Amino acid sequence: MSKPAISNTAGRRIDLDALSFRIVMTGIALLALVLLVAPTVVVIWVSFTSGYSLKFPPPGYSLRWYVELWNAWQLQFALMNSLKVAAWATGLSILLGVSASLGIARSPTLTARVLDSLFLSPLVLPALAFGLSSLMFFSMIGVPVSPLTLIIGHTVVSVPFVVRNTVASLAQMNPSLLEASASLGGGRWYGFRRVTLPLIRPGIMAGGFIAFMASFDNVPVSLFLRDAATDMLPIRMWQDLEGRLDVTVAALSGILIVATIALMLAMERVAGLSKRLT
Amino acid sequence: MAATLRDVTTYDLKLAAPLAAGFVLFFVTPLVILLALSFQTDPQGGHYGLSQYVNFLGDRFSLGVLGSTLWLGVKVTALTLLLGYPVAWLHQRSPGWARGVIMLFVLLPLLTSVVVRTFAWVVILGRQGIVNASLSWLGLIDTPLKLLYTEGGVVVALAQVQMPLMVLPIITALSRIDPNLADASSVLGAGHWRTFRKVILPLSLPGIVAGCLLTYAAAITAFITQSLIGGGQMLFMPMYIYQQASTLQNWPFAAAISIVFLVAVLVVVSIFNALGRLSRGYANA
Repeated sequence: MSKPAISNTAGRRIDLDALSFRIVMTGIALLALVLLVAPTVVVIWVSFTSGYSLKFPPPGYSLRWYVELWNAWQLQFALMNSLKVAAWATGLSILLGVSASLGIARSPTLTARVLDSLFLSPLVLPALAFGLSSLMFFSMIGVPVSPLTLIIGHTVVSVPFVVRNTVASLAQMNPSLLEASASLGGGRWYGFRRVTLPLIRPGIMAGGFIAFMASFDNVPVSLFLRDAATDMLPIRMWQDLEGRLDVTVAALSGILIVATIALMLAMERVAGLSKRLT
Repeated sequence: MAATLRDVTTYDLKLAAPLAAGFVLFFVTPLVILLALSFQTDPQGGHYGLSQYVNFLGDRFSLGVLGSTLWLGVKVTALTLLLGYPVAWLHQRSPGWARGVIMLFVLLPLLTSVVVRTFAWVVILGRQGIVNASLSWLGLIDTPLKLLYTEGGVVVALAQVQMPLMVLPIITALSRIDPNLADASSVLGAGHWRTFRKVILPLSLPGIVAGCLLTYAAAITAFITQSLIGGGQMLFMPMYIYQQASTLQNWPFAAAISIVFLVAVLVVVSIFNALGRLSRGYANA
């Protein structure tokens, strides 16, 4: 009150300060968001080209490359293989991963902590080194590479996602609910089926979804553990792109992007996917 | 009584046995074999020694590949942090619907196939790509710039591909900060920049460290993006391992490079973990 002049200049200084801070932060954030989304938009845009190359902007627009996908049997074959392997790896990851999570999540023992780190370690180890070491292992024990070795390798790199999400869900669960169930006469299996499982189901689903995507998208493990007859989609697309920029790959990418977004929104609804990732 | 209570709320550790057995057989054993093979002196086997490691560490070319891979990770992590932190900050202060949109944008690259994402960057950075087309339309350049097959291109593409790994932990860290602290700081006369530097940034350090760890580990092992955007002239560790193992069939040397790379990754991970513990102590103090 006594010194209005000073508070006035201070107010203006703070305004300039606030303004510059917001402009810089918002500016960089918007730039980053454009960078994040640009590649997706570009793929979908260019997949509708009528030309033979991935020239930008496209000379005209058509659905020809999407129609062309009907005849792209190599890509279809690789897609089916990738879907099958990812489905097996996800199923095994959920079965083994959820069981293991139940065992270690509430256990205070050192063994449980060590197992927790072990199950999560494929997340940070270079997958290529693991793929190579698996190939050495299988050739040493005389097992030829086959869809089976592929599924085993994919399960190892997918299972951490299931374990991480299931353990997190179990940690949030209130254990007195199980005591309540038991004191009301519910058996252990009943308590698991009617109390634990419904509470951790969103975590399992989110983990299973990410595990599926990780397997479907995996290149480093597939490179070493697939046999010549088992063409995997990411590897086929990668080789097509290294050879020539094939527009059919752009059309397939467009379909994959739309399918991924649809799955993502569905998972957000049933499992609160974004809350589980942060 | 206590024993019966424990019985209903915890599950038997034996439930972890099947996965533990699977991991020992198909994860730990292969890594042990990798280590053993790296000590073989020649591909035919028989003699054991350190010759593969001596070959690697005495070779300027190999050391250069390792150095450029680790340095690439530093550049990608720095750029990702610079771009990703403001995204997390904007998410934190946005209304509900905008949060949903930002989250969708952030999650999209995480869940799109890596080949597709990388392929998009080829279209953007290529000679006839968007950047070159826009620049020549604006009259800024006459001949197309070389953007693809450069290290700058690899860094930008990897930053986009790995950004979710940086943004998500920082969002978590920011959401844990008591908003009263920022208010207290400004009531006490600190401006926005000062409050950010002295309050928000230190308190979000655990998220930053976690994000940097994930980004760094993912960037140096990103085989597809490195090879498609980098092209044949730039060689990084994952491709080097693959070439030695697959094309040249030199398994002992490939094993030795893999071990060197694994150790390098583990050293970086432990450094980040130590930093993470320090920063959590700092944020909780």
